[in-house]
Amino acid sequence: MKQKIDFSVLDQAIKEYGNEEKSLIAILQRAQEHYRYLPEEVFAYLAEKLNLPEARIYGVATFYENFSLEQKGKYVVKVCDGTACHVRKSIPILEALRKELGLSEQKKTTDDLMFTVETVSCLGACSSAPAVMVNDEIYPTMTPETAVALINELKEKN
Amino acid sequence: MFKSVEELRVYREQCKQLLQAEKKKIIVCGGAGCVSKGANKVYEKLVKVMSEKKLNYTVKLEKCNEGDSIRLTKSGCHGFCEVGPLVRIEPQGWLYVKVNENDCEDIIEKTMLNGECVERLCYTENGVVYKEKKEVPFYKKQTRVSLDNCDKIDATSIEEYLANDGYTALEKALTEMTGEEIVNQITESGLRGRGGGGFPTGRKWSQVARQKNFPKYVVCNGDEGDPGAFMDRSVMEDDPHRMLEGMIIAGIATGATNGYIYVRAEYPLAVQRLRTAIKRAEELGILGDNILGTDFSFHMNISRGAGAFVCGEGSALTASIEGKRGMPRVKPPRTVEHGLFDKPTVLNNVETFANVADIINKGADWYKGIGPEKSPGTKTFALTGNIKNAGLIEVPMGTTLREVIFDIGGGMRGDGKFKAVQIGGPSGGCLTEEHLDLPLDFDSLKKAGAIIGSGGLVVMDEKTCMVEVARFFMNFTQNESCGKCVPCREGTKRMLEILERIVAGEGRDGDVELLQELGEMISDMALCGLGKTAAGPVLSTIKYFRNEYEAHIYDKRCPAGECQKLKRIVIDPELCKGCSKCSRICPVGAISGKIKEPFTIDLNKCIRCGSCISACAFKAIKEE
Repeated sequence: MKQKIDFSVLDQAIKEYGNEEKSLIAILQRAQEHYRYLPEEVFAYLAEKLNLPEARIYGVATFYENFSLEQKGKYVVKVCDGTACHVRKSIPILEALRKELGLSEQKKTTDDLMFTVETVSCLGACSSAPAVMVNDEIYPTMTPETAVALINELKEKN
Repeated sequence: MFKSVEELRVYREQCKQLLQAEKKKIIVCGGAGCVSKGANKVYEKLVKVMSEKKLNYTVKLEKCNEGDSIRLTKSGCHGFCEVGPLVRIEPQGWLYVKVNENDCEDIIEKTMLNGECVERLCYTENGVVYKEKKEVPFYKKQTRVSLDNCDKIDATSIEEYLANDGYTALEKALTEMTGEEIVNQITESGLRGRGGGGFPTGRKWSQVARQKNFPKYVVCNGDEGDPGAFMDRSVMEDDPHRMLEGMIIAGIATGATNGYIYVRAEYPLAVQRLRTAIKRAEELGILGDNILGTDFSFHMNISRGAGAFVCGEGSALTASIEGKRGMPRVKPPRTVEHGLFDKPTVLNNVETFANVADIINKGADWYKGIGPEKSPGTKTFALTGNIKNAGLIEVPMGTTLREVIFDIGGGMRGDGKFKAVQIGGPSGGCLTEEHLDLPLDFDSLKKAGAIIGSGGLVVMDEKTCMVEVARFFMNFTQNESCGKCVPCREGTKRMLEILERIVAGEGRDGDVELLQELGEMISDMALCGLGKTAAGPVLSTIKYFRNEYEAHIYDKRCPAGECQKLKRIVIDPELCKGCSKCSRICPVGAISGKIKEPFTIDLNKCIRCGSCISACAFKAIKEE
């Protein structure tokens, strides 16, 4: 589905980082932060501005884990499944969150675009294992119950 | 902006005087672990209490209060994350643990104003109350070099770094030493790369210094991707200037004029702290053109990773900085000849650069005096998993695993029994009880089939299934395989499939041998370090826990009781009264029997949901 997209954030990023290939990842990161995903229109626009093949940009965007071509929820819940969290039982937390929100490994975002639930290899918060990160904030020593309570708390805020 | 080394020295003296002006200090840990447990609230409450009591206090190193003023600092990680939020009291050196907002009144009133120790906040172990930080068992065997400043200074303040002799090594390197002398001193110190491989840093630097191709680059690998490791995070967030200083000195030594720091995407705070640090260093003339009025110029850039473990590999990392997909390439040519933008590049990790300043200041002999001859110095480890005192530690190389796990780490969490420790993340291997007295250094570990890696130590108890651990790591590596070379792309996939079927109870005769064959093939033939070490966790768990693999395959049993699909639910005929409640609640109709006679479970139908266990009034149903 094509939609009208405001490219001014890209222009600003290109101005800051320079219109060359080495700025590509930084520009895509800015786009991801702004749109919360990478709309496909971004690729054509950047291809022209940076004078790069669109396929190259698409290749970079799909290579890195942090870029998403699908729209994400307002709250991105990352359940850490690093080694330390894994041995302190992070998977039951993931399962509880998915169950609460009606999500699965394939369906990661709720229909109302409020929540995205995904796993992350390590948040570097191993001493607080098992940890969950919502947007940029880390929640330590979670259990399935406290994780569900956190979701309900976020729901009530809205 | 300082135009000479002398101007910086004068400024440093001023900072030192300010720092020494106040004797009473409260240092709140601002590391990620403590913050997530509420350290910021403690800090704010302390400010509030002091304001309400109209006490003299300072939070910044900019003005000097007269008399009895108190300095409040939010420092970096103190390492003892398990019992955070932590608060340290100077000059007594007391350590308060698990502090919350309600304790702030006592800290100010009793400790600050009356000099009393609040004993209920002190760390207690086996009935002993430890007042002083240096007496606490967790700290007693540690030697802090690269983490030295982390629990002392406010990372956002270059003044505090200066006041702790920051940038004195840079001064020395700029004015008293030639590039060659710097390289020689690093070589002589025996410093080896802390990122995993243990390559001698001095040799790397001398190879770059020899190149005649300009410009050259210094790149810092801050892509700490190993799950279970967070040492570099601490240095970047808590003592960014130490790392910058190391990188600039590398520039002087090798003739490089540009630096890049590649930081993991998951570390937003590190990016923010490094940006602040670079900005302040530029403002003072420590970075930029003509550093401190000399003819040496050095510019620093930050590159944020975008989530790819393979970017920890040198050539993949430089490709990523160049804006490309982070894929490794065939070597040689090596990074020292053709690195970033195809130019000669010094590539070291965060901890390696963090050691440089002290080696320049205190000399190669001082450094060689710590740890064993072939692996001198200290090493940071992230101690996690089923251990009592999880946290961040730094010990001399050659410290034994037993000292780390039982003396510093306090032993196992709960009543678990030590089974194994995974070292070096997905590239490493596991060590067992027989290795407890093994000294932790590059060469001893290599002999035991593991690596130091970046330094993640994940401790596991007997409830951890080693086959599942191997599957977990293979799943990780397979996900992160960049797909460029066939052995890694296809080989890890096949290995994962085999491991998945073993933990699902569908393992076949010959699977263990097949895993070994595949593992050795991938190690021999993969293009980069990720592939070459991918099989490590599998091969080492087979070596030490082959019986667990065999129990899964032949007896369809998980000895640790962890693998969900191998769990068996059975009804004890002695206890079963034949009430039929379980058969009515079973969602898949797996339980049948005659009323008032013992019921049975058809294990082929059973989905191990456990509903029957909680339904049974006679506790006759159990998981095996």
